[in-house]
Amino acid sequence: MNTNDATKPGRRKILTAAAGAAALQIAPPWIISARGEQPLRIGMVDPLTGVYAAVAQNEVMGAKLAVEQINAKGGILGRPIELMVEDSANDVGTGVQKARKLIERDQVSFLIGDVNSGIAQAISQVSNEKGILHIVSGGHTDTITGSDCKWNVYRVCNTTSMEANAVAELLFTKYGKKWHFITPDYAFGHTLQKAAAADLQKLGGTITGNELTPLGTTDFSAYLIKARAAKPDVLLVLPQGSDMVNCLKQIAQFGMEKQLHVAGLQQELESLEAMPPEARVGIWMFEWYWKQQGVPGVDKFVADIRKMNNGKVPTARHWFGYTSVHTLAGIANREKTIDSRKLAQALGGYELPPEVKLQPNKCYYRKGDHQLMTSAFVGEALGKPAGDPEDLFRVDSVVAGDKTAPAENQTGCNIKWPA
Amino acid sequence: MIVSADNRKLAGLATIWIVLALAPYWMAPLGGYTALGTRILVLGLAAMSVNFLLGFTGVLSFGHAAYFGLGAYGAGFALKFLAPSTPLALVCGMLLGGIAGAALGALIARRRGVYFAMVTIAFGQVFYYIAFQWSSVTGGDDGLRNFSRQPLHFGSATIDILGNANAFYYFVLVCVALAVGVMGFILRSPFGRTMIAIRENERRARFLGIPVDRHIWLAFTLSCFFMAFAGALYALVNNFADPRGLHYSQSGDFVMMAVMGGMRRFWGPLLGAAIFVVLQDYLSSVTVNWMSFVGVIFIAIVLFFPRGLLGVLQRRSEA
Amino acid sequence: MTQLLLFNITNGLIIGAFYVLMALGLSLILNLSNVINFAHGGFLVLGGYLAYTITPYVGFWGALVFAPPLIALVGLAVERTLIKPLYGRDPLYSLLLTFGLAFVIEDGTRFIWGAQGKPVTVPAILAQPLSDELFFITGYRLFMVATVAVAVAALFVLLRFTRLGIRIRAGTLDLETVSALGINVGRLRAMNFGVGIYLAGLSGVLAAGQLGLEPTMGTGLLMPSFIAIIVGGVGSLTGTLLGGLLIGVASGITAVFLPAASEAIMYVLMAVILMIRPRGLLGEEGMMT
Repeated sequence: MNTNDATKPGRRKILTAAAGAAALQIAPPWIISARGEQPLRIGMVDPLTGVYAAVAQNEVMGAKLAVEQINAKGGILGRPIELMVEDSANDVGTGVQKARKLIERDQVSFLIGDVNSGIAQAISQVSNEKGILHIVSGGHTDTITGSDCKWNVYRVCNTTSMEANAVAELLFTKYGKKWHFITPDYAFGHTLQKAAAADLQKLGGTITGNELTPLGTTDFSAYLIKARAAKPDVLLVLPQGSDMVNCLKQIAQFGMEKQLHVAGLQQELESLEAMPPEARVGIWMFEWYWKQQGVPGVDKFVADIRKMNNGKVPTARHWFGYTSVHTLAGIANREKTIDSRKLAQALGGYELPPEVKLQPNKCYYRKGDHQLMTSAFVGEALGKPAGDPEDLFRVDSVVAGDKTAPAENQTGCNIKWPA
Repeated sequence: MIVSADNRKLAGLATIWIVLALAPYWMAPLGGYTALGTRILVLGLAAMSVNFLLGFTGVLSFGHAAYFGLGAYGAGFALKFLAPSTPLALVCGMLLGGIAGAALGALIARRRGVYFAMVTIAFGQVFYYIAFQWSSVTGGDDGLRNFSRQPLHFGSATIDILGNANAFYYFVLVCVALAVGVMGFILRSPFGRTMIAIRENERRARFLGIPVDRHIWLAFTLSCFFMAFAGALYALVNNFADPRGLHYSQSGDFVMMAVMGGMRRFWGPLLGAAIFVVLQDYLSSVTVNWMSFVGVIFIAIVLFFPRGLLGVLQRRSEA
Repeated sequence: MTQLLLFNITNGLIIGAFYVLMALGLSLILNLSNVINFAHGGFLVLGGYLAYTITPYVGFWGALVFAPPLIALVGLAVERTLIKPLYGRDPLYSLLLTFGLAFVIEDGTRFIWGAQGKPVTVPAILAQPLSDELFFITGYRLFMVATVAVAVAALFVLLRFTRLGIRIRAGTLDLETVSALGINVGRLRAMNFGVGIYLAGLSGVLAAGQLGLEPTMGTGLLMPSFIAIIVGGVGSLTGTLLGGLLIGVASGITAVFLPAASEAIMYVLMAVILMIRPRGLLGEEGMMT
C-alpha cells in the first residue's frame, strides 16, 4: 500500500545551520572533487505531486535502483553517487527554482528531469547557463532534441515524431486509411498530431477531422459525437494521462470501439492500469515493456523493481530513470572524468550496454541531436491480462529507434558548443 | 528605557533594509542560495500587493494571481516580440496586468465579502483559462519560452543581470524597494487614510461622503498594478511565463503569505512570503508529502494565529 | 447538423446535471455559513476512492448507498473541529482553512491510495449505450441524470417540508432572527454542512464511474460549480440548479461550432450575465452581502 517509502525523494540529511555543515555547502567544487570519498551528486527534478505524480515517482524509483547498482560496483570514479530528488510540483517556476537549488547550493554534477516537457525545457535553460550535463528523462516534445537542442542536453524517452512514425504504417495497412484525431490542445499534442498526419499523407490516407481538446478535459462526449459522425476507419486518441483514461472510458461506454478502430501513439502501463478492462483497447506504442522473452537483463530488472515496488512490475518510466543514471555513470567511468563538457561530447554516439538498454535492438545516443535511439514496442492493449495481472499489452513488433526517428538534418537541431 | 516610537520605527526599517541588502552574503552560510532570496523578494512584493487591498481596504480578492501572471506574460511578450530591454519588459508587464485589473475592477467593485471573493476567483480563472488555451500566442500549458532578461545599460556601463545571480538579486531589490516606497507613500496619503476608514467602517465612510465604490475600485486597480509589476519581475526570474502563475491556487498562496506574516502590518506579507517560500522549499526537499504539511500549517495558522507572526509579536510587546 | 445539435444539447444537459449536483452542495454551505468550501473537490475525490475501496465488498450499488453518508460523516467531523471556530470571523479565514484542507486531502489520497489512477468498473447493465443511433446516451449517463434528479428533488423536499429544511432556508435569509427564535444555529450549520458534503460524496461516486479516478480529479471539477453558482445567483439554490444546466447546455452547443471554446463559453456566459444582472440570474439584492 505504501508507495511512499519506495519513492521518497533522496533522504536529505536535516539541513542544519551548523557552521560545519555550512562550510561544506559553500565549499567550491574543486575542494570537493579533491576528496575521493566525497559522494558525487546527481540532481533529479520531477513532478512528484500533481497530475504526473505516478509516472514521476516511477522514474525516481528506476533512478534509485540504478544508483544502488552503481554504488555497489564502486560508484563513479570511486565516488558513491548521491541522488538528490526535488519535486517540481508540475510548476515551471518551482522546477526552475529547484534546478537552481540543486546546481547552485547542492553542487550537483549532473541533472536529470522532467516529465513535463515545458518544465524540462525551462530547466534545460538553467543547466545550459550553468554548463551542467542534463538528461531529459521523460519529456517528449520534439523541440528538446530539435530546434531548441542544447550542447549539454540529452534525452532518453522518444520524441513525438518517433512515436508517430512507429505506429503509423501498421495502422494504415491493418486498419484503414481514413483517420480522425482527438488531440490534446498543447505543444505535445500538436507535434504528435502533426507527425502522425504527415505520415498518413505520405502513405496516401485522408484525415476526416482533428478534435482539439483542452488539457484537463473530463467529458469527451462532444468530441466523440463529432468524430463518429465523420465515419473514420481509425480514431486516434492522443491525450495522455488522466485525459486519455477519461477519453477511453467514454469511448468504451459509447461502444465506439465496436464500430471503428481505436488507436493511439504513446501508451503507458500506468494509464492502462487505471482503466477498467473494457476501456483497454486499441493499437499503441510502448516506449519500453517489461515482458520481453530472451532479452538479457530484463528478468533481473523486473525482479529488482518488483522488490522495491510492492511486487509491481517496472514501467517505461522506471526504465527512463534507470537508463538516465546508468548513462551518466557509464560515460563518466569510461571517460574517467566528470567534466560536463567532455562528457557531453563523448555521449554523442555512446551505445548503451545490454544490462542497461534491456531491449533487442541497438540503443545509442545520436550525435547530431542528442536523442537516444530507443526502440518502440508496438502492439495492442489487452482487456483481459495474459497471465500476469499486469500483462496488459501484447507486443507485436519492436522497431529500432533509428527506424522511427527522423533524419538528423530534419530535426531542426543545430548544436552550438560553447567556445 | 525611553525610545520614541519614531526612532523605533526607523531602527526597524533600517534593520529590514540591511538584512535584505546583505542577503546574498548571509543566506549561503545558512544553507540558502541567492535565487531563493530573489524569489522571496518577488513573491513578497506580490503578497504585499494583495495585502494593499486585503489588509488596508479590507476587501478580499482571491483571484489576484491573474494579474501577477498577466504581468509575467506582459514582460515575456515585450522581451520576445518588442525589444530586448528589461525596463521595457517591466513596464509592459505592469501595464498589461494593471489595465486588465482596472477593467475588471469596474465590473465588480460594488460587490462585497464572500461574493467579491467568488467573483474575483472566477474572473481570475478567465485569465488563467485564456493563457492556458490560447496556445498559439501564450504557448499554452508549455508556457511562454525563448526570452530572457537583458543586461542593463547605463550609458557606457553594463550590468549583467542574466549570468550574475547577485547582480540580479540587487536589481530585483531595487525594483521592489521602489514599488514598496510608492506603496508606503500611497498608504500615508489622504487616499490611504480613506482606504483604512473604509476597512474600519464602510457605512460610516459612506456617510462621510466618501465615494466608497470608486475608492475600492481605485485600490483594486492600484494593487493590480503592483501585482503585475511583481509578476513581470517573476518572468525575469524564471525567463519564462506559464499559466500556473495565474491559477487561483497561486492566489491562495499569496493571501496565505499575507495572513501568515500579519495582514494588518505593512511588512507582514514580506515576512510571510519569506517563511512560506523557505518552508515549502525545505519541506518539498525532505518529503514527497509536503502538501500535507503545508496544508496543516495553513489550518493551524487560521485557527491559532489569525493575526499572523507580526501581529503576535506586536501583541507580546504591548502586553 | 440539426441532429448533431440535438445530440449536443442533450449531452450538455447530462453534463450540466453533474455540475448541478456538485454546485448544490457548495451553494448550501455558502448560503447558510458564508463558507467558500475549496475542499469540496477534495470530498468528491474521497467519495470516489471510498466507493472504489468498498466496491469489492458491497458492489457498485452498495458503494453508491454507503459511501456518500460516510463522507458526510467525515465532513461533519471537519465542520465541528475546524470550521466551527471560524463562524464569527472574517470569511477570509474559513476560505483559507478549506484551501489548506484541500491540500491535505489531495496529498492524503495520494498517500493512502497511491498516485496512480484506479480503475472503476460500472455494472454491465449501465455500461451500454441506449441504441446505435443514440450511442452517446449510455445507461450510466441516464442513471447519473436520474440520480441527480432524485437527489435534487429530495433536497428541495427537505428544504421545503421538513423542520430542518425550513430552518436552513430561514437561516439563509436572516440568521440573526433564526438564532433569536431559540434555534440552535450551530447544529443547524453542522447538519447543513453534512448535507452539502453528502452531495459532494455522491458526486464523487458518480464521477468515479465516468472519469479516471485519481487524486487531482477534484480540482478540475470545482470551477464549473463555482461558475454555476455565480451564474445562477449566489444565495439561490434554484439559481444554482439553473446555472449548472445552463452552462452545460451552452458548452454542449458550442462544441458543435467551435469545440476549442466549449469550456471558455462558461466564462463568457458568466461575464455577460454579470454585466446584465450583477447578482446573477436569480440572485436578489440583500440575499448575500
